[in-house]
Amino acid sequence: MEKEKLLRIEDLVLHFSTTHGAVQAVDGVEFSLDYNKAVVILGESGCGKSSLAKAILRLLPRNIAKYSGKIYLGDTDIMLLSDETFRQDVRWVMLSMVPQAAMNALNPVIKVGDQVAEPAIIHLGVKKDEAMRMAKEMFQRVGVPEDFLSRYPFELSGGMRQRVAIAMALVTLPSLIILDEPTSALDLLTQANIFNVLKRIKQELGTSYILITHDIATSSELADDVAIMYAGQIIETSDAMRFFTEPLHPYSKLLMASVPRLRADADPIFITGQPPSLISLSSGCRFAPRCPSRFDKCDQDPPTADVGGRKIKCWLFS
Amino acid sequence: MKSLKKNFQELLKYPSAVVGLILVLVLVAISIYAMVTIPYNEAIILWRGGEDQWYRNPKYALPKWVNYFRKDKLPESIALSTIDHPEYKTVETNEDGSAIITIEIPFEYNYEILPVDLMIRFTSNFQEKAPFISVSWIRPDGEKIRIKNLSISPKQDYRVSQDKDLQKKLGGNKIEVGLFTDYKNDPKTIEKGKYTLKIEGATFEKDSDFDAEFIAYGKVAGLGGTDHLRRDLIVALLWGAPIALAFGLLAAVGTTLTQMIIAALGTWFGGWVDILIQRITEINLVLPFLPILIMIGTFYSRSIWVILTAVIILNIFGTGIKTFRAVFMQTKETPYIEAARAYGASNTRIIFSYMVPRILPMLIPQFIILIPSYVFLEASLAVLGLGDPTLPTWGKVIDEARANGALFQGWYYWVIEPSILLMLTGLAFAMLGFSLDRIFNPRLREM
Repeated sequence: MEKEKLLRIEDLVLHFSTTHGAVQAVDGVEFSLDYNKAVVILGESGCGKSSLAKAILRLLPRNIAKYSGKIYLGDTDIMLLSDETFRQDVRWVMLSMVPQAAMNALNPVIKVGDQVAEPAIIHLGVKKDEAMRMAKEMFQRVGVPEDFLSRYPFELSGGMRQRVAIAMALVTLPSLIILDEPTSALDLLTQANIFNVLKRIKQELGTSYILITHDIATSSELADDVAIMYAGQIIETSDAMRFFTEPLHPYSKLLMASVPRLRADADPIFITGQPPSLISLSSGCRFAPRCPSRFDKCDQDPPTADVGGRKIKCWLFS
Repeated sequence: MKSLKKNFQELLKYPSAVVGLILVLVLVAISIYAMVTIPYNEAIILWRGGEDQWYRNPKYALPKWVNYFRKDKLPESIALSTIDHPEYKTVETNEDGSAIITIEIPFEYNYEILPVDLMIRFTSNFQEKAPFISVSWIRPDGEKIRIKNLSISPKQDYRVSQDKDLQKKLGGNKIEVGLFTDYKNDPKTIEKGKYTLKIEGATFEKDSDFDAEFIAYGKVAGLGGTDHLRRDLIVALLWGAPIALAFGLLAAVGTTLTQMIIAALGTWFGGWVDILIQRITEINLVLPFLPILIMIGTFYSRSIWVILTAVIILNIFGTGIKTFRAVFMQTKETPYIEAARAYGASNTRIIFSYMVPRILPMLIPQFIILIPSYVFLEASLAVLGLGDPTLPTWGKVIDEARANGALFQGWYYWVIEPSILLMLTGLAFAMLGFSLDRIFNPRLREM
């Protein structure tokens, strides 16, 4: 085995049971992440990106139909840990998260300083004033003025709240942070600011990120690796450099072509059809019904092919 | 602390809140005053001690303050005792130890209205031979009426107004008419001035002695009026306040807090915990509340503590569980709860520092409004005859008024006084609660 990865996910499955049948939100996901790298998970709405984040952090709703696979963090398989050990030793110690709609992720009745300090109190067992000192330091890092410590969330702007949520994820200095659409609902300037903050933190603290987003343009700022998710599966993983210049999977190609470009003449194109419902999935390639380069083999489930270190789940490459 | 002050200042902007707050403070002041001036044990003795505590009071008398609103003043009771006033008594001792004791009790009577009842209470001590006395009545114009000769027992009440012989002597008139008016003329007008009750007695033994107390029962007594047992209602009216407030507060605290915690636990853990709680609540909601309390009161105990416990237990799984659950369900799904879960907050931490504070703004006004409803419940139980038999409460006063036909007889004060206090309690907490609701739930302001 090559050098040890920070995170290695093998065959992660998360199905929800509903009255209509099982929703295959995460279905056999595999990818890995090195230390001090950022992987961007790109995909359309409803393709299972957030469920993947929840599956990694084991933040599960009650209607689980199937939850299996292996998640190696360092060399421990965190899927094997008990809930209580997971809560105490994994969450926020090794792995933290900036939740989706992080603007609302702050408790409205607690001062933001106390909230940022709270994970430190819970997990590092430090005293309150020590935790507050750490919170203050994190506020400086993410660029929130110190006197905001004693404010309530409603007194902060959206961008500030986002930074506070990031500070909260950082306060225990975990090696991996999952950012679930951290900048949706923010304007472009604020988005750029936040990404700068994230980049700086990555450099200074050596943190790794899993960035979940559907915003290709801004994600390219931060990405070292890219994983494309479609209908609960990861269909292409690649380093960012090569992916953004030449996507390989037909879906990736169409996805990239749908992004409007500033200096090119080409109009953005659309992918015809709808992403499949995650309840009734046909066998075979899940993108086949919408794929322009579809052929006979596509009726069977495609294997994952290695193309120069890039992994592509498509019959065209095997 | 600062925000508390801010909230308080905002509260003062609402006139209804100010009135409510003042009324609540008045009720609290009454409670403290009652507990300080009439300690609990004393209050119980006064209320349950029987006629000896109150023999100087007339029955069914209006409160004294009604005289402020009347032109023809109602007579107050006159009670004069030789024990309190030794100067009324002259003793001439003979050589053989026997004595002639003369008692002259003077009093002014200036009312236009006759007293309702006259009584003389004798207390005496002797070995074998009882003292013999003769009672006479001297009117302002000097006319002397002989009332009665009798030999007295160690403790004897001579009810002047019921003396048939005396009535005959006074021309068949009622005794009070005979004694206080020139009953031989028509119309019979009351003679005002100084009356004297003269008691001449002889004792026949050494150290034998007697005392007398003259009571002319008036038509007003005490600050609260009196009931069928001559008790001054003010005792019950004052002591009703702390009992009512304590009952209301304890029941409200007991039910809302437990309801909130149970609802939070059920919502948070979900699954069979939630199902169990919801089914218990639904079953409890269809159980008839009052009949169960009546059964407890009839068969087990009417102690206020037993009833309070029963009320709390029967109300815990009440509608509050459903309301709180609805709010908690919403709160549970908010991103910040998920965030808290993500950063590893424990269940207790999430429930008590994330979910519960969210519901407090809704809970506090509800809680305030709930207090009087439990006060009313206690009063209703008392009216149904399930009041604590030892305690003086507002509900008991109304119950006794009803049992003695107060409204048929026109003794309105008996019903109105406790009712007004109950209404004030309800009003005070309702006004305060609704104002608090407007502050804590600002969306109500638009409606």
